[in-house]
Amino acid sequence: MAETRRKFLNALIGTGLVGWLASVLYPVFSFLKPPELPEATVSSIKWGVATDFPAGTSEIVKFGRTPVLLIRLDSGEFKAFEATCTHLDCTVQFRSDKKDIWCACHNGIYDLRGLNVSGPPPRPLSQYAVNVVDGELFVAKAEA
Amino acid sequence: MSTKKEQVFQWLDERFQLSPLIEFMRHKMVPIHRHTIWYYMGGVSLFLFIVQLFTGILLLLYYQPGEDSAYESIRFIMNKVPFGWLFRSIHSWGANLFIFFIFVHMFSTYFTAAYRKPRELTWVTGFILLLLAMGFGFSGYLLPWNELAFFATKVGTDIAGVVPLIGDAIKIVLRGGPDVTGATLTRFYAFHIALIPAIFTIFLGIHLLFVQRQGMHEPESVANMPADRKKMIPFFPNFLLRDVFAWLIVLNLVLFLSVFFPWEIGVKADPFVPAPAGIRPEWFFMFMFQALKWIPPHILGMEGEVLGVLAFAIAALAWMLVPFWEIRSRSTGKLKPMVLIGLFALFFIIVMTIIGYAV
Ligand code: FES
Repeated sequence: MAETRRKFLNALIGTGLVGWLASVLYPVFSFLKPPELPEATVSSIKWGVATDFPAGTSEIVKFGRTPVLLIRLDSGEFKAFEATCTHLDCTVQFRSDKKDIWCACHNGIYDLRGLNVSGPPPRPLSQYAVNVVDGELFVAKAEA
Repeated sequence: MSTKKEQVFQWLDERFQLSPLIEFMRHKMVPIHRHTIWYYMGGVSLFLFIVQLFTGILLLLYYQPGEDSAYESIRFIMNKVPFGWLFRSIHSWGANLFIFFIFVHMFSTYFTAAYRKPRELTWVTGFILLLLAMGFGFSGYLLPWNELAFFATKVGTDIAGVVPLIGDAIKIVLRGGPDVTGATLTRFYAFHIALIPAIFTIFLGIHLLFVQRQGMHEPESVANMPADRKKMIPFFPNFLLRDVFAWLIVLNLVLFLSVFFPWEIGVKADPFVPAPAGIRPEWFFMFMFQALKWIPPHILGMEGEVLGVLAFAIAALAWMLVPFWEIRSRSTGKLKPMVLIGLFALFFIIVMTIIGYAV
């Protein structure tokens, strides 16, 4: 009789302890995870007068908190890609001499359509839409 | 009539039972043989840890974490604060030597098979200390908030994100959000000056306690010697003095490096500037980094990176548990299986590191 009672009490204390531990750890782990900050959703940004952008050059523009690589090809056509490398997050750059997009971190190379052609990047860069409205250059999230 | 000194001692002894401790110290002996040099490596690592503690506390007086202040405060330390350049350089060089000597200490205990019974747990705690030291290095690297560190941290935390299932959560917890930002800096600061030091101190305490309980390990060749051929010296003060001498040499080395090659600050990080060429992690991550780079993006339908990270995790676990699965062979030849494994690990680390810097 005493034996069963002891077992029962031990189990009770044990479960209590586990519950207590969980109730301490849960808030701690939740605290570690940062709350998602409401980001003012940027859907489009204005760059300026399109003719001010020389052909064969590039610029990294801030699209909210995302860096976006804006390129004007020699043909005068505009291209925009998310500038974050799909490999391990470095910021890519346009190489005007090689006519490609390059990631210096591990020598990842994309072509001017944003396709990963060599090196470690596993996926193409995601594309942004570029529009010229009344001579003004706009970069916008591409329609999915 | 006892002297003042004896009275003080007696007062303390009655309260804290010092006599057994002193007795212990008096009898602690250190074997002297041709492998004795390796006995100093742990002590040197410990010494460098103390140097880090000391210079780290000094740097805390001026360092300001934050996207807009971290880099500037390091500049201020380097250019304006009297001897600021010196203490920051010592902290950076010291960190590198600290990890270097932990590696030397680890491999020397490995090759002398010092991890065997009764020191299994000493080995395990030692390995945990190495991991924590690498954590010190990784978190400290970002604090100057320069370009190199910024992208190295992006890459490093992204690799952590590769771990199946929990990777993404780890990445977000490490970064304090989806990207490396000022929030990451705040976190790494907290890890670097509070969290890791606290855990490190606990494991260091246990590690040192074990070493004190078990005494110095004798390599097989020495342990098998007849007792009359063995040479021993007292730890206190003879061996301790030698230890201190080794520390002085290391201190001079740190000072030499700091004075003649002050640590650079680099260019301030800017998330809206492309990664510069020549991004690389600290040297002690280089071998993993280089190996990961060589893994093709896809293997058997799995992402290569995932496979690589898992392989390293398994290798690390196996290394930590070496005392529990050791392959013993009865052959008397020089190249025993464990020696081969150790040589392979050492060779892998060295060659990968060299390649990492060469290409
Ligand atoms: S992060 Fe771009 S190639 Fe690795």
